[in-house]
Amino acid sequence: MAKILMKGNEAVAEASIRSGCRLYFAYPITPQSELIEYMAKMMPKVGGVFLQAESEVAAINMVYGAAGCGKRTMTSSSSPGVSLKMEGISYIAGAELPCVIINVQRGGPGLGDIQPAQGDYFQATKGGGHGDYRLIVLAPSSVQEFADMASEAFDLADKYRTPVMILADGMLGQMMEPVEFKPAKTQEEIDELGKQHNSWCICPNEDGDKKHHHEINSLEIDPNVLEKHVNDLYAKYAVIEANELRYESYNVNDDNEILCVAWGTASRVVKSAINELKAEGKNIGLIRPINVWPYPYAAVKAAIGKKVKKVYVFELNTGQMLDDVKIAVEGKVPVDFWGKVGGIVFTPAEIKAKLEACFTKEK
Amino acid sequence: MEIIATRPESLTKTPFTYCPGCLHGVAHRLVAEAIEEFGLTNQMTGVAPVGCSVFAYKFFNFDMAQAAHGRAPAVATGMKRARPDMHVFTYQGDGDLAAIGTAEIVHAANRGEHISVFFVNNAIYGMTGGQMAPTTLPNMKTTTSPYGRNTDDIGFPIRVSELLATLIAPYYIERVSLLSPADIIKAKKAVKKAIQYNKEGRGFTFVELISTCPTNWGLDPLKSRDWAKENMLPFFKVGCLRDKGEGVE
Repeated sequence: MAKILMKGNEAVAEASIRSGCRLYFAYPITPQSELIEYMAKMMPKVGGVFLQAESEVAAINMVYGAAGCGKRTMTSSSSPGVSLKMEGISYIAGAELPCVIINVQRGGPGLGDIQPAQGDYFQATKGGGHGDYRLIVLAPSSVQEFADMASEAFDLADKYRTPVMILADGMLGQMMEPVEFKPAKTQEEIDELGKQHNSWCICPNEDGDKKHHHEINSLEIDPNVLEKHVNDLYAKYAVIEANELRYESYNVNDDNEILCVAWGTASRVVKSAINELKAEGKNIGLIRPINVWPYPYAAVKAAIGKKVKKVYVFELNTGQMLDDVKIAVEGKVPVDFWGKVGGIVFTPAEIKAKLEACFTKEK
Repeated sequence: MEIIATRPESLTKTPFTYCPGCLHGVAHRLVAEAIEEFGLTNQMTGVAPVGCSVFAYKFFNFDMAQAAHGRAPAVATGMKRARPDMHVFTYQGDGDLAAIGTAEIVHAANRGEHISVFFVNNAIYGMTGGQMAPTTLPNMKTTTSPYGRNTDDIGFPIRVSELLATLIAPYYIERVSLLSPADIIKAKKAVKKAIQYNKEGRGFTFVELISTCPTNWGLDPLKSRDWAKENMLPFFKVGCLRDKGEGVE
């Protein structure tokens, strides 16, 4: 299929439909409005459900209901709206339901603004909702990757019976880039996907089995039972941590003098700066976590070559992934941070200046 | 010996966890019997709320979901949209439905969502220990209105059935009482009608059941019923507010 030029919000919506999502529930919010609008236009054409919910809270709970029926379902929003969904996400994680949540991040806290930001990293990767649970969190850095992550997210959600978040931002949602889509799943394939959950999901009791009683539930009033449930969840998360680490190594080699760590939109700017400095003979590597939970701690640590004097973290926040990088580096070398907030995206020149200063100081 | 009444097959054998004299058991049975009488046990699914009936998912003998506080109509919406071949109901109390879940019930009703809602109103939060509900009567004492509900301060009880009856989409809305055997027979008819309309795919059906809370009202079961007859029924009048099947608009 030929590449077409598309906004990230529309590309991920199209890719989700192609991945077999036929149930979409959401509430309008900038800068993800093109996503909900695309779904409103396209879902009826594929016999799917588009429902504009009365609130973010209702939307995520509709997802809870649809996911409880074992069907591919998703919701999308932007930062303030995702905060409202956190109650439902906790329930979905507790009840072990597969679904996809897209966060097209904007500036915060509070109502913040509507420009691109990465301020929801803590919320996405460290909790956000109440209780002990984890979200698989995928962080795209291009429109193509944003679109590709739709099918990856649904596959992971089904595989592990767990909610998966795609943590994008207003830049990725709004900008247009060429994108190539995978073939759309057929109705037969979608029906088969639904059947994989019939042993636990809400479904008709077709053979009249008197013991047919599936419960979609996160309530365990007996502390011992709840303890086992949470331990089982974390045993599952350990498998995810072992199997689902994803990152990109960019210009990582034994002669790196600085190792950068950046994710999503921020990583693109850092790559531009690295390229410009490479032309000037400065050797800088980048680790870009693609999945930000589970986090590729070992990969970050392993990328610290013998000549690396500093690990530099760049984010569009005040230093949230920074904590994970420090855990990974284990104090081996100094870790520095620079970021921009307020929905302002740093420029390659700004990053270049920060990196150049590292070399100047040495001399 | 002839068996004339038995536990409906649409209830599990799990013993109810309700207080002595509580009418949730009666309400559960009415819903379960109606489901069974229409032959829907194997195509039915329900949503349990947060509150005293939080464990309802254990008591109904078909697939059930347990929802976050007040969110049952949204969860039921997701279920019905995902499985239009199944029949979906929610079972909710007054704190769940009329306070924290106000938006969800109003909008599910307004969409004419094809679900049934059984709303048990006993004018108090039972599970958390007797706090003031949105349906607590004026001057009624609860643990969070220890001097009586002051309507100047906190407003008047919400008549949910009347509120929903201002909407165009709902197909059937009726308030019934569980306060006497005769009332329960009438309540059964309303519950059956809701399930019948649900089976026929008519639209949104809503039955409010006036109930008691002997434990938190501090009255024995029979006195609770007398108190409710004297105090609740004048404010929450029983009757059909909407029945498009019978031309009641």
